[in-house]
Amino acid sequence: MSTATERDEVVKEPSMLKQKEMIADNYDRLTRAKELGLKVSSTYVPGNLNELVMCFDMLNNLPEINAIQNGMRKKSGGLIMDAEKMGHSEDVCTYVKADIGNMAKGAIAPNGKPMPVPDLLLLSYTGCFTFMKWFELLRDQYGCRTVMLHVPYEGDGKITQNMRDYVVKQIKEEVIPTFEEVSGIKFDIDRLRENLRKSAEAEDNFVWVLESAKNRPSPIDAYFGGVFYIGPIFTAFRGTQDAVDYYAILRKEIEGRLAAGEGPVTPEGDMTEEKYRLVVEGPPNWTSFRDFWKMFYDEGAVVVASTYTKVGGVYDYDGFRHDPDRPLESLADYCLGCYTNRNLPTRVDMIEGYIDQYQADGFLVNSIKSCNSFSAGQLMMMREVEKRTGKPAAFIETDLVDPRYFSPANVKNRLESYFQMIEQKRRGGGPPARAA
Amino acid sequence: MKCYIGIDLGSTTTKAVLMDADMEVLGQGITNSRSNYETAAAVAKQEAHIGARLTLFRRGLGDAVAGKNVDELMEDLELNIRLEQFLEQLEDLRATCASHIRDGQTGVLEALTEVFERINAEAPGMFQRGARRRSDFFRDIAGSRVMYIGEEVAKTAGVSFETLLNLYDKSIIDVENRPPEGDIAAKYRRALHRVVESDAHLKVDEKIAQEAMRKAVEMELEETYVVGTGYGRVTLPFPKEHIRSEILCHGLGAHMMYPETRTVLDIGGQDTKAIQVDPRGIVENFQMNDRCAAGCGRYLGYIADEMNMGLHELGPMAMKATKSVRINSTCTVFAGAELRDRLALGEKREDILAGLHRAIILRAMSIISRSGGVTEQFTFTGGVANNEAAVKELRKLIHENYGDITININPASIYTGALGAAAFARRAVENGAGETAA
Repeated sequence: MSTATERDEVVKEPSMLKQKEMIADNYDRLTRAKELGLKVSSTYVPGNLNELVMCFDMLNNLPEINAIQNGMRKKSGGLIMDAEKMGHSEDVCTYVKADIGNMAKGAIAPNGKPMPVPDLLLLSYTGCFTFMKWFELLRDQYGCRTVMLHVPYEGDGKITQNMRDYVVKQIKEEVIPTFEEVSGIKFDIDRLRENLRKSAEAEDNFVWVLESAKNRPSPIDAYFGGVFYIGPIFTAFRGTQDAVDYYAILRKEIEGRLAAGEGPVTPEGDMTEEKYRLVVEGPPNWTSFRDFWKMFYDEGAVVVASTYTKVGGVYDYDGFRHDPDRPLESLADYCLGCYTNRNLPTRVDMIEGYIDQYQADGFLVNSIKSCNSFSAGQLMMMREVEKRTGKPAAFIETDLVDPRYFSPANVKNRLESYFQMIEQKRRGGGPPARAA
Repeated sequence: MKCYIGIDLGSTTTKAVLMDADMEVLGQGITNSRSNYETAAAVAKQEAHIGARLTLFRRGLGDAVAGKNVDELMEDLELNIRLEQFLEQLEDLRATCASHIRDGQTGVLEALTEVFERINAEAPGMFQRGARRRSDFFRDIAGSRVMYIGEEVAKTAGVSFETLLNLYDKSIIDVENRPPEGDIAAKYRRALHRVVESDAHLKVDEKIAQEAMRKAVEMELEETYVVGTGYGRVTLPFPKEHIRSEILCHGLGAHMMYPETRTVLDIGGQDTKAIQVDPRGIVENFQMNDRCAAGCGRYLGYIADEMNMGLHELGPMAMKATKSVRINSTCTVFAGAELRDRLALGEKREDILAGLHRAIILRAMSIISRSGGVTEQFTFTGGVANNEAAVKELRKLIHENYGDITININPASIYTGALGAAAFARRAVENGAGETAA
């Protein structure tokens, strides 16, 4: 449920049309849930249990995605200020404030109709402490049932059997019984297995698409394009036939670009020259998404790998797939493995691997003012990656959906300096050293 | 001769450096950036040309003037040329102001004439060796004198001070955006003649000197390649290859001044940058202030305005402090509020200013540490490097945090970015880029 709509105005490829249709259809069902007699559960992207939610014929609504949608439609600024008027401080996560502000305005979905009041809040507490506070606010607002899935942090960089058992036990004893109660539908493990099988099929093609960036030139931009590619797999479509179809179509398109030796598609057409290959850490800025992207493609910079596209599930680094033969265990592993639930050494290791495998020229951190789960430790990560790879790194600062924290001149200045720095290092030639 | 030019269009000032093929600096020029970068670039370049002519003149003199006297001659010559320029612009300002006076306002015209006559009379004193000026920019000097003298004259002449100020406000932008005209060679000759006459003790043979001046002024300075940098760089009518990021330019400029430099701190008008460079002057890493310009040069500009002082006066006053008043706020506007609060509590201005300088440098220290800290030679550049109180705090904090580090501060540090840009221009030609002037 990403933002294909924004991009469709410019370039229309079958995969984009397909995604647009899926999103529109999903918002349509959400806003007509009452009329259709469907129950709604709200949950977050990291650790979202879509395959399980679908077993109870319930719809999955993701507040972060709604905030992103409002950000890209330039509505989040006003919503955030509304939330601040209500007493939410300037330093609170801007997704939260955009969501709270939107609720106060009648929770209008992108199709212009009001969002349904959720029947259940599924709090998958994965990698972000703010999630808990956010749902506390929603629970207070909606007065609906809440079930919490506590996912322990991968502090030692690995999943222990104990951690897995702990998550599975909660799914069995807390999550499933609550869903059964709210939906009135009995849990059917075979239905879950079928959903997981479809997830794995889509995930294979998704990973293929991400890894296509190992080619030169890369046929995709794995950050600015990547946020569209993660749309279905990160949201309300994982485990659906729609997602399977979407990734099959997408893969075919990318295979075509690869065969033709084409670079990524941008809002202004195909990128013709690949001058810099970058690995990017951190979420993008959504309110100036196009302008931000333009600062890259205008300079010939392509992002070949990004960590943000791992925030709703890491499928490449250690080869995780949802597994119909280990249904609950693989759901647990999925939640535990989401990017922001990984410790700093693992993130550094992952980035180092990307720089190496994708033959990147450099590493860029986009640090988000109001997202501590991402930003804490990023400067240290950057230093370590620099040390290990010897590649030039840079640090820029923006925000998710608060337009006040995107300073175009400042960001552009840093990016241009960074690209010139890569160029200078690549040529390796300093001027003759002469005192002035 | 072939010349390579670097122009640094900063948010507050625009700088130009003119370099010869041997990478020797011929001249450097500076002006306020105003709202018009194109004019600012033209004026800065023209200033650099003056410097270049003087350099060529000095080279041409050879040993015609005794060694110890040359410096004195050059200094007076430069001041004379600056005076000449100032008087020329002052006359332009007077004429422009007069053109805005409606018919019949004879009282206003008389008062205006009186104001400008008085400024004219005191001008030579302002351009004497050792004279203190609040600023070197025409707008600042003329503006403050019109304010001061205008008020007096208005009172005695019985005209409204507001009317005089309005005339000035209406005219100054046009005047400062009009580059100086006229026979430049004649100006140099006149200036030289005046100096030779007034500095008889230097024993300069005017014939030899005028001949050297003629050659210096007639030498064609070909703009072989121009590189622009700084915030206004995108507004320059240059092709993309002629534009370099100021981070790269400051890194390279600092390296040119001090080849052993590994860390550069630049505090400019709107940003503070910490840059790590390798032994060739290539940028390895950099960090800048985020999202807000607190702790940058403009912070001092704002404080100067709040205290009704000239920017140049802040450092010297802070140096008189006997203690440093703690200023917590990193926000420029809040620091202004803190300033007034401390004044109200009876703190001395110099002590508060010392605290404000410390606050700026503390911000810079955090940016330095984020860029990787200081391990070897450290060079401080940008306009704030001219501020002795800022430098004092920086030395102290660098010493406390990083130990015994060599700290370089070049008197021409404000030109570091332009110097790097000029070096890039020289190198671009060396590397075979088109030898076209931009």
